[in-house]
Amino acid sequence: MTRTVPLRPRAEALAQPLPPLLARARHLASGVVLGEHGRRRPGLGDSFWQYRPAQPGDTARAIDWRRSARSDQHFVQEKEWQAAQAVVFWVDRAQSMRFASRPDLSPKADRAALIALAASVLLNQGGERIGLSDMGAPPMRGNLQLERMAEALAHPAAADYGAPDVSVMPRHSRAVFLSDFLGDPAPVEAALTTAADRGVTGALIQVLDPAEEAFPYDGRTLFRSMGGSLEYETRKAGDLKARYLDRLADRKARLDGLARLTGWQFHIHHTDDAPTSALLWLYRALEGRV
Amino acid sequence: MLVLGPIGFTAPWLLVGLIALPVLWWLLRAVPPAPVRRAFPGVALLIGLKDDEAETDRTPWWLLLLRILAVAALIVGFSGPVLNPDPGLPGEGPLVVLVDDGWAAAPDWRARIEAAQARLEAAQGEGRRAALILASAPPEPGDLPLRAAGDIAGTLAALTPRPWPVTHAALRDWAASLDQEVETIWLSDGLASPARGALADLLQNSGRLTVLEPGMPRLGLLPAEIDGGLVRVTALRSHGVAGQSLTIQGIGPDPAGVERVLADATLDFADADHRATLELSLPPELRNRIARFEIAGQNSAGALTLADDSLKRRKVALVAGSAGREGLELLSPLHYLREALAPSAELVEGALGDLLKASPDAVILADVAVLAEPDREALAEWVAGGGLLVRFAGPRLAAADTGRGGDDALMPVRLRAGGRSVGGAMSWGEPRSLAPFPETSPFYGLDIPGDVDVTSQVLAEPGPDLAARTIAALADGTPLVTRKALGDGQVVLFHVSANAEWSSLPLSGLFVQMLERLAVSSRAGRPDREALAGTTWIAAQLVDGFGHLDAAGARPGVDGARLTDAPGPDLPPGLYRSEARVLAVNVLGAEAVLEPADWPASVTPEWQGTRAETDLSGWLLLAALAALGIDLIASLALSGRLARGVGGAAALVLAAMLPVETRAQEADPAIIAAAGNVTLAYVRTGDAALDEISEAGLQGLSDQLFRRTSIEPSPPVGVDLETDELAVFPLLYWPVSAGQPAPTPGAYARLNAYLRAGGMIVFDTRDGDVARFGSTATPEGTRLRTLAQPLDVPPLEPVPEDHVLTRTFYLLTDFPGRFAGQPVWVEASPPDAERAEGMPFRNLNDGVTPVVIGGNDWARAWAVDGNGIAMYPVGRGLAGERQREMAYRFGVNLVMHVLTGNYKSDQVHVPALLERLGQ
Repeated sequence: MTRTVPLRPRAEALAQPLPPLLARARHLASGVVLGEHGRRRPGLGDSFWQYRPAQPGDTARAIDWRRSARSDQHFVQEKEWQAAQAVVFWVDRAQSMRFASRPDLSPKADRAALIALAASVLLNQGGERIGLSDMGAPPMRGNLQLERMAEALAHPAAADYGAPDVSVMPRHSRAVFLSDFLGDPAPVEAALTTAADRGVTGALIQVLDPAEEAFPYDGRTLFRSMGGSLEYETRKAGDLKARYLDRLADRKARLDGLARLTGWQFHIHHTDDAPTSALLWLYRALEGRV
Repeated sequence: MLVLGPIGFTAPWLLVGLIALPVLWWLLRAVPPAPVRRAFPGVALLIGLKDDEAETDRTPWWLLLLRILAVAALIVGFSGPVLNPDPGLPGEGPLVVLVDDGWAAAPDWRARIEAAQARLEAAQGEGRRAALILASAPPEPGDLPLRAAGDIAGTLAALTPRPWPVTHAALRDWAASLDQEVETIWLSDGLASPARGALADLLQNSGRLTVLEPGMPRLGLLPAEIDGGLVRVTALRSHGVAGQSLTIQGIGPDPAGVERVLADATLDFADADHRATLELSLPPELRNRIARFEIAGQNSAGALTLADDSLKRRKVALVAGSAGREGLELLSPLHYLREALAPSAELVEGALGDLLKASPDAVILADVAVLAEPDREALAEWVAGGGLLVRFAGPRLAAADTGRGGDDALMPVRLRAGGRSVGGAMSWGEPRSLAPFPETSPFYGLDIPGDVDVTSQVLAEPGPDLAARTIAALADGTPLVTRKALGDGQVVLFHVSANAEWSSLPLSGLFVQMLERLAVSSRAGRPDREALAGTTWIAAQLVDGFGHLDAAGARPGVDGARLTDAPGPDLPPGLYRSEARVLAVNVLGAEAVLEPADWPASVTPEWQGTRAETDLSGWLLLAALAALGIDLIASLALSGRLARGVGGAAALVLAAMLPVETRAQEADPAIIAAAGNVTLAYVRTGDAALDEISEAGLQGLSDQLFRRTSIEPSPPVGVDLETDELAVFPLLYWPVSAGQPAPTPGAYARLNAYLRAGGMIVFDTRDGDVARFGSTATPEGTRLRTLAQPLDVPPLEPVPEDHVLTRTFYLLTDFPGRFAGQPVWVEASPPDAERAEGMPFRNLNDGVTPVVIGGNDWARAWAVDGNGIAMYPVGRGLAGERQREMAYRFGVNLVMHVLTGNYKSDQVHVPALLERLGQ
């Protein structure tokens, strides 16, 4: 709960220097709600698009009388067709995400939440609908939604390793998964497959601690997972380093391959890097330029 | 105690624990280090990996070794290792303390006595009996003067070194006669002695022998010699190990008669040299005044050499009655005198009035009959003031009326007119030869060559004192040389001429010897045995073992021939006088050499520094702790926990370094108590024994003050100069020991503030028995100079007899402690202090002297134990008790002076004040 207060201001502070993020939404007929994304074509919306001569079938209410009075014709004011995009975040809040190898590093969960919420703020400014995949409610707009998300992000999960929740993932929406992806990869694969089935594309951000990349351990060591569900004892931790790094690289490659396969994008972020870099990357990814 | 080589163990059975070390090694090797428990999300990736090596993780061998060493150090540390253990085992039989009390032992005499004292006190504790054997006074063979050890310890303080070298031949005979087992402590003086090795063997056969011998070389000075115009001073040392620089001082009276350093030079020993020579070029006036040469800072009789006539060149004024006839040099009345005196004296010639102003040692008038009245008076006055006037006869004197008809002050005898001529062409008699010199004559003992004859002479008028005044006569009894005393000086008349006209005496060697005996001239170099034969010498000043020169007092005369012997008990070194001649007997003769003592291989000399008991357990435990600390860090590093451990270790170190003196703000309760009452304080020197003496001494003084005066002091307090508040104490007693650490600059600032605010520091160097004030000869004196350097001390002077300290409570003239007679120094009175009209004392400075400096060891004289009984003996018998009483009186005066300032000075004016008030 205490995280709620600092997290949002921090997220907003982070979001401030960026231009409004206007996600390039794909044009999809269904599941699109009017929003502020101009479609460069007349349709339903709030912004003026063009005047066109009234045609038979136009209701009298549709005629723009002010414009029509300046000429002999009747004109109908057409609005730009605007489509609001839904972006769903899944932020892994399992215990493994609470790891921080050094006191000056933030836990991975914090970093992931920060990035997610910052992106949410940007999207919200751009008029997108946002939400968390495990909030149980569809994505919505507005500052209230940001509040709800921040509150939800502050609730840790009990599981040792997180699995993507795809219960709230509207079709053709976009999704962002933030996790360390160190647990069992099968749920991730399943989630991505499901997402692909629903026409959802998005981005995977793997948030890792530097210690997980470097494995700076030696000597006789008993490794435990954060929740204590897994234990592993070694007599010479130093000897394991190469093999651990191999496995980590495998995991990254597998995630990357999976992302490519499903049209997603994959990024690795370290907690000792500036979160802005990850946000920028996400911004560009959601614009579809990556 | 178990002793292994130089190390002993007080609890040797603990060493058994060392057996367990191999077991520990095995255990440490068998048990791998405990795993680190680490939370790590990446563990999911690790599942299924296998360790490469099936072998258990071993602690590295060097870490094992470190731990084993740490444990070994702990075990050895707790078993009480002691380096150079003083074998506390009681020796067998009685304890014999053998003291080489020759001059060479003097420089470190006090340390020797303390060493002997410590052994004797230990022996007393064991109830053993002991004997004190002095090398200078060996006991009879078979005689072992055993007494209670404590008894002997009490007599040690009175021992002083002898000013001559000691030999051990008699001791060897004594040791050979020992029939019981004895343990021997031999305080060696470190010089070679023929029987030393044999004595050491004999003593070792009789029991355990411990030789205490300081490692420093013994230093000595050979008699100074004159070579050409240079004074040559040669120094010796017993072993030459490295280069060494000595300061040689020539000391003598300055023109005002005050003794001071007249010449000062540095003499350098080259490496491994035993001998070094210094050549001094001194003006004759200065050289004649030098009374002795000393090695500065070496207070031993051997480091001092007395200068006698051989170093002097007398100034002799020659006056002839007639101008020399040109071309007839051999007939000149002064020719033979010049020849005889030139090598050994400085000759001046000229008008008599001018010569007397040059203050010659002797004036020779050769055939001078009549002197002008002013010259005559001046000459008479000069002779009466101690001059030597030697007159020679000659044709003029024979023809003149001088000394005829009545006594002439400047003529020893009355002369008959004309004189006589014998053995000449115009006379019947044979030339006369000399009669043997009588025993009372200064010439007694000189050989008379057969070819000396006299053809002409002036004749003395017979009179009652003629015989007494005749010091040489011809074979027929007529006087040849007569002499009389005039005031402090003397007038000598040779009844023959100074040239060869009247006699062949000036041609003979006897002439020169006679002039020498009369001290007209002095010969360079030391007179030999024959030249001294027949003379009698009286000791004028004698040297004691520490090299101090004192008046000899009444002693029997010494035969001149014996003066060439080496000094010993019956010929103590010093200055010997025979009439006007002075001869020095020095500890080291011209041929002396100093060789280090030659010990048998079985004897290893020790000295306090080289064999002090050192408790090693502290160091070993510290090493163990350090090793465990290293082990901790190494283990952390090995297990990868160092990063976290560093923080913890840093915190630990910080915590350890946090100042613990959080109580600095709280004052010592003793000082709070002291602020409420008069309290005497002493400076804690860091030497527990010394501090104890100071405390006991001030307690004794406090008791006396309580008993005798209205001052009722609290028990004395020891102050730490670094931390304690000084302002509450009226008086600080500061005993000075040689090894005392100097206070920090901050402490000096506080001391200076204390002195400025009216405090008083009493410095006591406690060396009044061996030192004279101001000499740096004792280590305590040197240390005092260093200690007092940063203090704001005003100019000092010895306590003047009208100082207020002499009458603040008791009337005192001296300020004895355990030692007496040394001056005590206080702040100098202002130079313009004058005695008030009708008052016995001067108007002296206000206030209290900020320092009192002395070496009389007051604290020991004052010290009392818990029962109020004096702890240390002072002097002997009733005189000693009287001295202790005086010491207390001094203490009372001192405290009164501090507390009342110049009150007693003001009392002097009470009569005047009363008179002014009209009472």
